[in-house]
Amino acid sequence: MQVTMTINGEEVSREVEPRTLLVHFLRDHVGLTGTHWGCDTSNCGTCVVWIDEEPVKSCTHLAAMAGGHAVRTVEGLEVDGELDPVQEGFIQCHGLQCGFCTPGMMMTARALLDRNPDPDEATIREAISGQICRCTGYSTIIRSIQWAASKERETAVELAGASNEGASA
Amino acid sequence: MQVPAPFEYERATSVDHAIELLNRLGSEARIIAGGHSLLPMMKLRMAAPEYIIDINDLSAELQYINISDNEIRIGALTRHQQLLESDELAAALPIFRDAEKVIADPVVRNKGTLGGSLCQADPSEDLSAVCDALDASCVIKGLDGERMVSMHDFHRGPYETAVADGEMLTEVRIPLRPNSSSAYHKVERRAGDWAVASAGAAVTMDGDVIADGRVGLCAVGPNLTNIEPISEALRGQAPSEELYARVGQIAADNSSPNTDTRGTAAYKTHLAKELTIRSLRKAVARATGTDTGAVA
Repeated sequence: MQVTMTINGEEVSREVEPRTLLVHFLRDHVGLTGTHWGCDTSNCGTCVVWIDEEPVKSCTHLAAMAGGHAVRTVEGLEVDGELDPVQEGFIQCHGLQCGFCTPGMMMTARALLDRNPDPDEATIREAISGQICRCTGYSTIIRSIQWAASKERETAVELAGASNEGASA
Repeated sequence: MQVPAPFEYERATSVDHAIELLNRLGSEARIIAGGHSLLPMMKLRMAAPEYIIDINDLSAELQYINISDNEIRIGALTRHQQLLESDELAAALPIFRDAEKVIADPVVRNKGTLGGSLCQADPSEDLSAVCDALDASCVIKGLDGERMVSMHDFHRGPYETAVADGEMLTEVRIPLRPNSSSAYHKVERRAGDWAVASAGAAVTMDGDVIADGRVGLCAVGPNLTNIEPISEALRGQAPSEELYARVGQIAADNSSPNTDTRGTAAYKTHLAKELTIRSLRKAVARATGTDTGAVA
């Protein structure tokens, strides 16, 4: 069957078997290997991508079901060569060791910060509770997300300051 | 690599269209909603439908929480996340938020649905116990129109429901009674896991006594809906620790869990009793306005 969806803002269409899972559609048919394929049982969360701005586990989702929807993968975090603050946070705070869980962790983190710009540690832990870091590097992952949150709040304050100056000028 | 066996995919454009497809394609057609129960079953070849009917476009018809004075109606496609986040639902039926907090994980909750959970009819699935405690009814729709069945009649046994070929679950209806409340307690080994055991309780007070009470159990037997001896033991009684212990023992006596990696049969039976006690205590405290917010 023909499956057409938007991936990171671009329309993509492929002929696939109806049983094709979204994670394999992205990796094997579209060549976006940033999304990782892990446990295959919706436990580990390394395959998390967004569908219409909501994180979902792409190993337990048919590509056909995503037809007509907007998918965002880890490749879509970087915009015009500029890293997302979540990606920067993972660099600054050593949020990855082997890197296998990282794409899913970052997509879930991005969704969390879009809804809650100032999550406390318990909220972050709850948000990533469906994801497994087999290096057990959870503390640095949490610090990375906190780093991104605080950077974004600072940027928001700066932007607000700049626009106030603009208004008074 | 785990992938489902081959099937043909259809996307429903309305509830009527989904029912028409179910009837045209026959007994080898299955509905997919969130897919978080069905797809794992298909990967393991425990399910191998020839046709999959995707109902995810039917949110306008099937995704809602409608609260009236005497009833709550929830559409079958309502996601776990909505059931968790709805403040109105938590105020009327706090058992939903208690349970949803510990069902799967936040990412899975974005996809999984109430209808999918009930239709999966897994004996370890929490929402069946919740809906049983709340004395819910299920609306099943087919070519001949709608019919309504109680949770007891809906849940036929493990992985078996009253939904026949050519029919689908469209709505769950829960009666709202004054002076009532509810609570849910679950023991799981880690976040997102299936229950080792869980219990939910719903009570209606009449002054100082329990006018009506129900307990739903999960993961401690093949089909534990509508345990009548529990309701009989609660009816007309003043709440007390002694009463909760007696009812907890009835829950344990009605349990028949298996020993597995999640625990021994003895441990699960103990949990059936203890979680029944805690849920009853919490439900009564909430119904009488004496809840301190303590966990157990």
